[in-house]
Amino acid sequence: MTEERLIISRKTNNKFFLMIAIGVVLLIAGIIFMAAGGGAEHHAEGGHGEAAAAGHEAVSWTKRLFINLWFNNVYFTGISVIGVFFIAVQYVAYAGWSALIKRVPEALTSYLPVGGVIMLLLFLIGRHDIFHWTHESLYDINSPEYDPIIAGKEGYLNFWFFIIRMVAYFALWILFANWLKRNSLEEDLNGGTGYYHKSIRISAGFLVIFGITSSTSAWDWVLSIDTHWFSTMFGWYVFASWWVSGLAAITLSVIILKQNGYLKMVNANHLHDLGKFVFAFSIFWTYIWFSQFLLYWYANMPEEVIYFLERLGGNEGHYKWIFFVNLLINFVFPFLVLMTRDAKRQMIMLKIVTIAILIGHWLDFYLMTMPGTLHAQGGIGFMEIGTALIFFGIFLLTFTRGLTKASLVPVNHPFLEESVHHHV
Amino acid sequence: MNKKFVLGIYDDEDVLLTAIENVRAAGTKIYEVFTPYPIHGIDDVLGIKRSRLPIVAFMCGLFGTCFALWMQIYMLGFDWPMIIGGKPHLAIPSFIPVTFELTVLCAAFGMVITFFIVTNLKPTLKVRMLDKRSTDDKFVMAIEVKEGTTDLAALSKLLRSNGAIEVNEKEVVK
Repeated sequence: MTEERLIISRKTNNKFFLMIAIGVVLLIAGIIFMAAGGGAEHHAEGGHGEAAAAGHEAVSWTKRLFINLWFNNVYFTGISVIGVFFIAVQYVAYAGWSALIKRVPEALTSYLPVGGVIMLLLFLIGRHDIFHWTHESLYDINSPEYDPIIAGKEGYLNFWFFIIRMVAYFALWILFANWLKRNSLEEDLNGGTGYYHKSIRISAGFLVIFGITSSTSAWDWVLSIDTHWFSTMFGWYVFASWWVSGLAAITLSVIILKQNGYLKMVNANHLHDLGKFVFAFSIFWTYIWFSQFLLYWYANMPEEVIYFLERLGGNEGHYKWIFFVNLLINFVFPFLVLMTRDAKRQMIMLKIVTIAILIGHWLDFYLMTMPGTLHAQGGIGFMEIGTALIFFGIFLLTFTRGLTKASLVPVNHPFLEESVHHHV
Repeated sequence: MNKKFVLGIYDDEDVLLTAIENVRAAGTKIYEVFTPYPIHGIDDVLGIKRSRLPIVAFMCGLFGTCFALWMQIYMLGFDWPMIIGGKPHLAIPSFIPVTFELTVLCAAFGMVITFFIVTNLKPTLKVRMLDKRSTDDKFVMAIEVKEGTTDLAALSKLLRSNGAIEVNEKEVVK
């Protein structure tokens, strides 16, 4: 088997920088609009009086900025850690078919250190804007803002424990990502099955750790925004969202690499398997979504159903369209389009669906964070699109840099031969 | 009416696959190939088209969805409206689990029943065995002999030249 090296031209890199630049310009434009209180934010201002009456102050642009940065970072960090998860699952399952494409998920993990630093900084600087529970007065029994429910959660939701957990998640994820990557690269040089068996043991360890950290990180980073609310499905919900976006990212990257003349040995059979993954897990996400929704909707208990009220009728119906678009784009669309065998084997179909899913799950994370923080004053404007472009550009820079570091074909992978002859 | 077959016996999977290709390329129509276990890729070599069963499954599933929704909406919304758990009569989210189950049930049963009908699989079905060894360790390629048109000597030569270890003739009573 011959090596394949990806070369990212200066031109391509400049495109990524241009993407970041456009994002910055849009973001600044959005901030100016918002600070001036006119233009695009006019509609949000309309509901101002009512929101103030409900006890909320007008949202400052810094708050909106921090929440945008936060949820984009959670989304892209998730896609990144799914890279490790995908490889670990393939190793533990003794999967042969994926050997040819394993360098793509391996490279996805390159964003993890960047995501970790950004997230830590965001929490240190903007935590009061993102998380209601970080306000000290909520825990002071003599304060008029004392909140017995949040005070009861102090053992878990406190500044230092939160920081320790965040550092631990990233440290563990990066440790395992690099450990697997190092093994894989040494295998390229030396060959033999020793690295493979070692990777299986590392992967098994990672899966145990990720089983816990995927849930707890979802509680920390997303669920704790709605501090009063709780859901035992939530860890799974965020994981399902990350997992299907990660699979879509892997599939899309494989197709784009293939269309640019790389990954020559990847054929319709590999795409078929990736397509099945995307199809199956978009249904899995829906299953989790519905399991969470149905019980809360049916029981109709105020402290539980408030979460869905905020997203449907509440907040002046601000998020209603996203709520339904979320279901259409993440379930109905992939379900109907990817159902047939032929669709899963065609690049164009997979491309359309994976792009839709990536946008759809970005909206999903938007919907998880915005109603609990910006309430009726959220929206999708220049700031949202700008921030997403900035993160997308940074993500692509680190991802493509990761891809260029190793041969795209893991030349000494014991299952490479099987992967080349994969046939479904 | 009696049917007559020429049976080419093979003892190697790869030899069989190339033999099938060559025999078909020579213009001979293969009646059936009997193998002790499923062989990967034999459908493509034999030119068997993909099954249309998934279309049946989709249609049956769609029927199940529609039937379930109609049933619940008609029964609980119009025929005998009841308030359950303080919900409106047409509480669509609570209809979803039943709709899902009926979709799966109809798709599965529809597929199985269609499969039985299409393959004529029924308790009284008698399957004629052309060569008993095809259940053990040999692969059997059966070619139907048409009186007057089939050149038996040439066919036998074709099969042997493509690796058949034996070529037999067999007549079966219809």
